[in-house]
Amino acid sequence: MAERVVVDPITRIEGHLRIEAATDDAGNISSAYSSGTMVRGIETILKGRDPRDAWAFAQRICGVCTLVHGIASVRSVEDALNYKIPQNAQLIRNLMIGAQYVHDHVMHFYHLHALDWVDVVSALDADPKKTSELAQSISDYARSSPGYFKDVQKRVKELVESGQLGIFANGYWGHPAYKLPPEANLMAVAHYLDALAWQRDVVKLHAILGGKNPHPNFLVGGAPSPISIDAGATTGGAAGTALNVVTLNTIRSIIQSMQQFVDQVYVPDTLAIAGFYKDWFARGEGTRNFMVFGDLPEKGMDDPDSFFFKPGVILDRDLSRIEPVDLNDPEQIKEFVSHSWYDYSTGKDAGLHPYDGETELNYSGRGGPAPPYKQLNVDDGYSWLKSPRWRGQAVEVGPLARVLMLYAQGHEPTRELAGMALKKLDAPIEAMFSTLGRTAARTLESKLVADQMMNWLDIMVANIKAGDLKVHNEEMWDPKTWPKEARGVGYMEAPRGALSHYIVIKDGKIDNYQAVVPSTWNAGPRDPENVAGPYEAALQDNHSLHDAAQPIEILRTIHSFDPCIACAVHVNDPDGEEVVKVKVR
Amino acid sequence: MSQREENLGQYMARRGISRRTFLKFCTVMGSTMALSPAQAAEMAETMAKATRQSVIWLSFQECTGCTESITRSHNPTLESLIFDFISLDYHHTLQAAAGDAAEHAREEAMKKHKGKYVVVVDGSIPMGENAHYSTIAGITNEQMLRDTAKDCFAIVTVGTCAAFGGIPAARPNPTGAVAVSDIIKDKPIINVSGCPPMPQVMTGTLSHILTFGAIPELDHLGRPIAFFGETIHDRCYRRPFYEKGQFAKSFDDEGARKGWCLYEVGCKGPTTYNACANLKWNGADTFPVQSGHGCLGCSEPNFWDQAGGFYAPLSVGDWGSHEVLAGAVVAGAAVGAAAAVAGRSKQKSAHEEKKS
Repeated sequence: MAERVVVDPITRIEGHLRIEAATDDAGNISSAYSSGTMVRGIETILKGRDPRDAWAFAQRICGVCTLVHGIASVRSVEDALNYKIPQNAQLIRNLMIGAQYVHDHVMHFYHLHALDWVDVVSALDADPKKTSELAQSISDYARSSPGYFKDVQKRVKELVESGQLGIFANGYWGHPAYKLPPEANLMAVAHYLDALAWQRDVVKLHAILGGKNPHPNFLVGGAPSPISIDAGATTGGAAGTALNVVTLNTIRSIIQSMQQFVDQVYVPDTLAIAGFYKDWFARGEGTRNFMVFGDLPEKGMDDPDSFFFKPGVILDRDLSRIEPVDLNDPEQIKEFVSHSWYDYSTGKDAGLHPYDGETELNYSGRGGPAPPYKQLNVDDGYSWLKSPRWRGQAVEVGPLARVLMLYAQGHEPTRELAGMALKKLDAPIEAMFSTLGRTAARTLESKLVADQMMNWLDIMVANIKAGDLKVHNEEMWDPKTWPKEARGVGYMEAPRGALSHYIVIKDGKIDNYQAVVPSTWNAGPRDPENVAGPYEAALQDNHSLHDAAQPIEILRTIHSFDPCIACAVHVNDPDGEEVVKVKVR
Repeated sequence: MSQREENLGQYMARRGISRRTFLKFCTVMGSTMALSPAQAAEMAETMAKATRQSVIWLSFQECTGCTESITRSHNPTLESLIFDFISLDYHHTLQAAAGDAAEHAREEAMKKHKGKYVVVVDGSIPMGENAHYSTIAGITNEQMLRDTAKDCFAIVTVGTCAAFGGIPAARPNPTGAVAVSDIIKDKPIINVSGCPPMPQVMTGTLSHILTFGAIPELDHLGRPIAFFGETIHDRCYRRPFYEKGQFAKSFDDEGARKGWCLYEVGCKGPTTYNACANLKWNGADTFPVQSGHGCLGCSEPNFWDQAGGFYAPLSVGDWGSHEVLAGAVVAGAAVGAAAAVAGRSKQKSAHEEKKS
C-alpha cells in the first residue's frame, strides 16, 4: 500500500531542508517535494547598507562554500560600477575559488556523502592485510600499509566497544543497500580520517590570502591581500603582510598537496566505490536540463574567452547544442513563488527577474502549517526557497552541469578524464545523467580545477617578478565617484553550481539585493506549471525504497546534489487518501 | 551494539594511549587556556576519570560556518575530540543518522546523560510568533532548544548568532531572531562568539568544561576570559606602527604592503575582544589584519550594525584615549607570558567601571 515516510532532518548537508514524496503500491517514489525550512531574510537585511560592506553579509549565507557569496557580492558591485580589478586580484580570487572547490568537494565526498555508501561497522570485519593490498592496487598513496589500516580499525572498534558511538549512532548499518566488502569499507573509513587532517592543512591557502577560513575576507575593487615583496622596505620588511615570498611557496606546496590527494585518494576511491554501485547510474536523473554561468577567468570577468568554465545551457540532454545565457535578460531568468512562503506584489504565479525581486515573508498566509506539524501543504507554499527558471525551464546546476558543458564544448582534458573513468566503470556517457554520475562528476571536476591552480600562481609570480604588485584598484573606492544609480550582477560557479547576486545601488546605498543560489535552482519547489525542481525530479526517477523506515535511497540521491540547506523528506500518498505514517529509523 | 560505558582513563588505556601522551595533550590544552602546570595536571587527573562527555549540538538559523571552523582545529583535532574526549551524540552536519533516527539519538543522549550533557548551539532562534521561520522535524527551533536545554549541564553557544543574535538579528531583523540567552534563563551559558569562532577557542572551551566539570571564568558578555580577555589591537603585530603613527591609507599603498596599522581603513581591532592576534588562524601564522583587511569586529554583539560600516575608522570615543592604550601595551609587555591574566583583570575593571 501507499505510504508516507517522514525524514526530518536530513543530515550530512548544510542547512535545513525538507522533502515530501509519495510512494505507489510497489514502493516506488511517484512524487517528491523539496522544502527549505529556515529563513533569515539576508536580502532584506542588506537593504540600505553600504555596497562595499555587502560581501560580508552575503558571505554568511553559507559557511560551507564559505567564499562564494563574498565573491559574487563584490563582483555584483564591480559590475554595477564598471569597476576594473587588477589581474593579481583576479588570480588571487581564482586560487581561492579553486581551493574552495577541491576542499569542499573532498569534504562532501568523505564527510557528508560517504556514509551513504560505506558501512562503518562492516569495516570491523576487514582484514587489514587485504585492505592494504586493495589500497595499493588502486593507488600509490603512501598510507596504505597493513599496520596503518590495523590502527584505524582498532580506533573504530574501540569507539564501538566504548558504548558511545557519537556521530555514528543509529546509522543504517547492515542495510542490504550497502554493497562494499569489509576491506573497501575500512579503506574508506581510513580516508575519512585522512581527509579531515588534509583539509585542515589546505585551508591555509585561504588564511594566507583572506586572513582566515571559514569566511575569508574580500574587497570590492580587488583583493585585501597586499603583497610584501618590496626589498627596499625600511619598516615592516619583506614579511610585513601574510602574502610574501615565503607564503608564495606555501601556496605552491598546498596546491601540490591538493593535486596529490585528489589523484591518489579521491579519484581512485570514487572509481573503486562506484564499481560496486553501478545500478546507481540508472536512477536519479533530474530535469535533463543543465546550466553554467561560467567562471575562473585568467584575465577578467569582462573577458569570458579567458574563463575555464564557459557559460551555456544544455536542454533535454542534447550535448550537441549549447544555448547562450544572459543573466540580465528578464525573459531568461525569473524566480517564482507559487509554492513558496513569500508574497509578490504582482501575484503568486508571476515570475520576477531578480533586479525587480521581492522578499516578503508570508508563512501562515501562504499555507505554512502551524508547528509542530506532520505534513506540508504542497498545494500552496511549502518552502522558503523560491523556484528559479531559465526561459521557463527547470535546470540543474553544479558539477554535473559543468562537466557535461566542458565535455560538450570539446574540452580535451575533460573528455580524456571522463573517458578514462567511464571506461574503468564500463559505462556510456549517458550513465552520467544519474545519482552516481553527479557524484562522479564532482570528483572529476576536482581534478580539472586542481590542475589549473598552479598556472594561476605561476602567472601571479611572473607579474610580481615584473614589478606588478597591484592587488587593489583604489580609483572607485570612494562612493562619491559613483553614479547616482547603478545596477549589476555578480556571478560565479560555486562548487554547488551557478550563483548570481543582483544589486541595485541608489545614492551610494543598496536599494535592492537578490541572491539566486545554486541550491535554489536545484532544491526549489514546483513552479506555477507544477513542474518539479531537480531534487524532486531526481527522486521521482526510478527510486524504490527497500525499507521505507530506512530511506537510504533518498539520502543517496539528495546527497549527490551536495545540498546547501537543512532538509527533511516525506513520502506521501499521491491520491490524498489517509496514509500510514512510517517511523523512519 | 551498545555496551557498558567506561571512563576515559580505561578507554584510553585500552586504546594504548600512554599517560605521557595524555599529559601532553592536557599541557597543550592548558597552555591554550593559560592554565598553570599544576592546573594542567589536575586537568589530566579529572579527565581520566570521566566518561566521554555527551555533547548535543543544535543548529538553528546558521550557515554551518561554526561547524566548518571546528573541523579546522589543530589541537585537539576534531577527530581526536570526537573519538577520544567527547561523544558527539547529535550534530546535523556530521552524524550518520537522519530523520527520526537522528532525533532518537538526541532523545537517547538526553535520557542517558540527564543533567550531565552539554548543549552546543549555533545559529540564532526566531522566537514566539516568529518561531515558524525555522523548524526541524516539524518542531520550531525555540521548542527544540527549550526541550533539549531542560536537563543539560550547561550550554555553549558557538558563533555570534547563537551568542548575541548575529546576522539574522541585524537591522531590521526580518525574522525576529534572538540569542540563546534571550530564551534560556536557568542554565549556565558560555558564549563563544566570532563569525565564526576560532577553532581553538571552541575546542578549548569544551575541554575546560569536560576537564573541570565547571564553567570557565567569563567576561560580562558571558565569554571565556582566557580567550576574550584582550582586544585584537592589544596583541596585534602591527601595534608598533600604530604607536608610531604609521597608517595604511588605502588597501594597496606603501603602508599596506609594509604591514602598517589598518586603523584608518576601518580596522575594529581596538574594540574587539578575541584571540585572533595571538592564536592566529588555521595554523597559517596569520589572521585577518596580517593578511591585509581590517578586523570586522565579529566577536562583538551588534557588529553587523556598527556605525559607519566596516570601512569607517573608529572614532576615538569608541575605545578610549591613545594614552590609555599605550599604557596598556607597556603593562602587557611587562607581564610577558602571563599577559592573558593582565587582560583578564583589565577587562574585569572595565566591566566594573561600566557597572558603577
